[in-house]
Amino acid sequence: MSHYQAPVRDFLFVLDEVLGVSAYGNVEGFGDVGTDLATTIIGEAAKLAEDVIAPINQMGDQQGCHFENGVVTTPSGYREAFRAYAEGGWIGVSADPDHGGQGLPHVYASVIGEMMASASLAFETYPGLISGAIEAIERHGTPEQKETYLPQLIAGKWGGTMNLTEPHCGTDLGLIKTRAEVKDDGSYSLTGTKIFITAGEHDLTENIIHLVLARIPGSPEGVRGISLFIVPKFLASGDSEGSMEVTRNNVVCSSVERKMGLKASSTCVMSFDSATGYLLGESNKGMRAMFTMMNAARLGVAIQGIGVSESAYQMASTYARERCQGRALNGPAKPNQVADPIIVHPDVRRMLLTMRAYNEGARALALWTGLQIDLSRKHPDQGTRRNASDFVALMTPVIKACFTDMGFESANLGLQCFGGHGYVSDTGIEQLVRDARITQIYEGTSGIQALDLVGRKLPAHAGRYLRSLFHPIDSFIQENGEDPELKDFVLPLAKSFARVQQATSWIVEHGMQNPEHGAAGASDYLRMLGLVALAYMWARMAKISLSQIQKGSEDRQFYEGKLDVGRFFMARILPDTSSLLSKISSGADPVMRMPSEAF
Amino acid sequence: MKVLVAVKRVVDANVNIRVKADATGVELSNVKMAMNPFDEIGVEEAVRLKESGTASEVVAVSAGSSACQETLRTALAMGADRAILVNTDMELQPLAVAKILKAIVDRENPKVILLGKQAIDDDSNATGQMLAALLGWSQGTHISKLLVTDNEVEITREIDGGLETLKLTPPSVLTTDLRLNEPRYASLPNIMKAKKKPIDEVIPEELGVDVTPRLTVLKVEEPPKRSAGVKVSSVKELVEKLRDEAGVI
Repeated sequence: MSHYQAPVRDFLFVLDEVLGVSAYGNVEGFGDVGTDLATTIIGEAAKLAEDVIAPINQMGDQQGCHFENGVVTTPSGYREAFRAYAEGGWIGVSADPDHGGQGLPHVYASVIGEMMASASLAFETYPGLISGAIEAIERHGTPEQKETYLPQLIAGKWGGTMNLTEPHCGTDLGLIKTRAEVKDDGSYSLTGTKIFITAGEHDLTENIIHLVLARIPGSPEGVRGISLFIVPKFLASGDSEGSMEVTRNNVVCSSVERKMGLKASSTCVMSFDSATGYLLGESNKGMRAMFTMMNAARLGVAIQGIGVSESAYQMASTYARERCQGRALNGPAKPNQVADPIIVHPDVRRMLLTMRAYNEGARALALWTGLQIDLSRKHPDQGTRRNASDFVALMTPVIKACFTDMGFESANLGLQCFGGHGYVSDTGIEQLVRDARITQIYEGTSGIQALDLVGRKLPAHAGRYLRSLFHPIDSFIQENGEDPELKDFVLPLAKSFARVQQATSWIVEHGMQNPEHGAAGASDYLRMLGLVALAYMWARMAKISLSQIQKGSEDRQFYEGKLDVGRFFMARILPDTSSLLSKISSGADPVMRMPSEAF
Repeated sequence: MKVLVAVKRVVDANVNIRVKADATGVELSNVKMAMNPFDEIGVEEAVRLKESGTASEVVAVSAGSSACQETLRTALAMGADRAILVNTDMELQPLAVAKILKAIVDRENPKVILLGKQAIDDDSNATGQMLAALLGWSQGTHISKLLVTDNEVEITREIDGGLETLKLTPPSVLTTDLRLNEPRYASLPNIMKAKKKPIDEVIPEELGVDVTPRLTVLKVEEPPKRSAGVKVSSVKELVEKLRDEAGVI
């Protein structure tokens, strides 16, 4: 049995009590899911994560992917686990029911995503990339393309990939060189090299559908001249008698990267040599097509951060309760044993509580954002859709960077709880540190997220996006400021809220004179906004917990736990906003003064 | 042929059981609950009977609080056609459950009823046997293999020292053992379909069943901690100890 136990109770707490998803019955997809169905779905996904996926995680890391003659073999157990995942219908969770999906709201897909990421981050990349391809084809494909690809992708018979990065360009995709030349039959011939292609080649599916960004000759320079193409590994062509001929397309994996972690996920160099491709969406609108999926994809990576962090917390807290060393400072906790469990030590508790405060706060904020994605797309009221869309636009970079930074930090703290035993491989926690590291990089590094926040999201529509977060926080403070029971929560929230408003004004004002003032503090500002948003979630959770305890809930222990962790967050994590404000308002000078040659 | 399958909501098998401080029972608040694993095997077997064309309908039954709906949803997601919840907040002991099931059997007239051989909470291993007695049906307990034909039920049972094969005349009460099958995971599409399957609710009074507990729980406590063993230096010493101290040979 693996160590991982899905936090089902906490998911239901967030969905039912914090977000009140049952109130959205009028939004497409929500009406089908009541609390008992949500419980069953989450419970069954939890079983799959705990019993099927988690047990292959460590072995997958040890074996890695094997590459020979263009063929990638995934570690043992991966094919069986992938079958179970696909046959269970978990790939098409929120895909269109017309093509075999289940049409569930995004917020439930987020819950399932966290469990799978906790069970195995490397494994989750394979179905995760398929979901991305499904979404791209659903939104931009022709009816024929949808008919051809979606049922196979949703059933997990075919895999999917995203081919963006090239050897000379990652962040700056305007520099893409891969060429797509139109052929007589209207299809395209693609030539070029793509790198860092997750799941580019593997043995889990019978075909792989590559989505590839390329340039049609004669297109405008830069990002306005990029188009998106579907390039299948195997091409099927039917003849008049209805028999199918399958040919291998000229796209091959030329090598697999050796890397720090995520070893069971194949990271491929893909070579396109006059490979046949089909335009997806309009020509020269490829970047826009990619970006429509970006919010969901970045939320997905943010949730990977929470997943790893939860897994690390579970390992470390179990260990801290079992491992006996030294004595509690105020006298032995277990006088008839030779030593006390290390959980008695304040520093160990500091580490564990930091991890737990991140996990539970981030879970609530991530699911709130997931819910807003659903509302932005499907709510009947236009104003609600726009407000939700503003919130998603603002929070996507914040939670992507913040939660993956916290995921890595948390895995690292978890390792620290194990001492030397954490540094050796057998305990399994060092793998989490290595695996978590990539989440801060792919789908846009934390630094890029910070620039997106400060450079694009803050100034957009004269600061309108920010109001989608600030208004609810402000109202909450107004409504609950007088409640003596909540003062441990509302007071620190109000203080940090004032600080982040101050930081926002500073950046807006000084950034207008010199954009480097904004950029120098961008990461700090992102962290600060993330902490304040988490504080708001904690204050809301505290309010619910207090009222449940007053009502005499049977789950008293659960709600008291929430209050304890929430108090820790307010007292020990949120004060970081003070130092962040100082850093932000020191401006560009401390980081830009030294000449580049001096480095 | 209709098959009835009984499912019980119990503390999840992975949960560390804690006794309540006042020794009145086991801590159930804030504890993960799940379908009794032996009942899961029963549901799986019933669904397989349906898939092989032997059974025409599979009906899942549970008795307990409204929360048992979740357990029934799981049975429906695994492939049961419909479900019945006998809703009561009373503590249910094996005899009460057997009486409830008898009343349901009288209404539904199944040819076979499958139950777990025991529930992993109280481990009574009694409900199936009591039900068979109340119904006057043939019974096959602890089965590890099942073959149902028109007028015969052939079972293999796990007994001390080996396997016993019996032929029963239906209708029969069957209780499942661990090796009968490996239950499937409910797929997401089937979970979604299960939502549309009906769960009927009745209360014990409507069935004319008195569920008042007949047994009184005096005290619940944890088993004593195992004390450390002793090392022996030779086989001779081991044999002596087994004979003289333990008195087992």
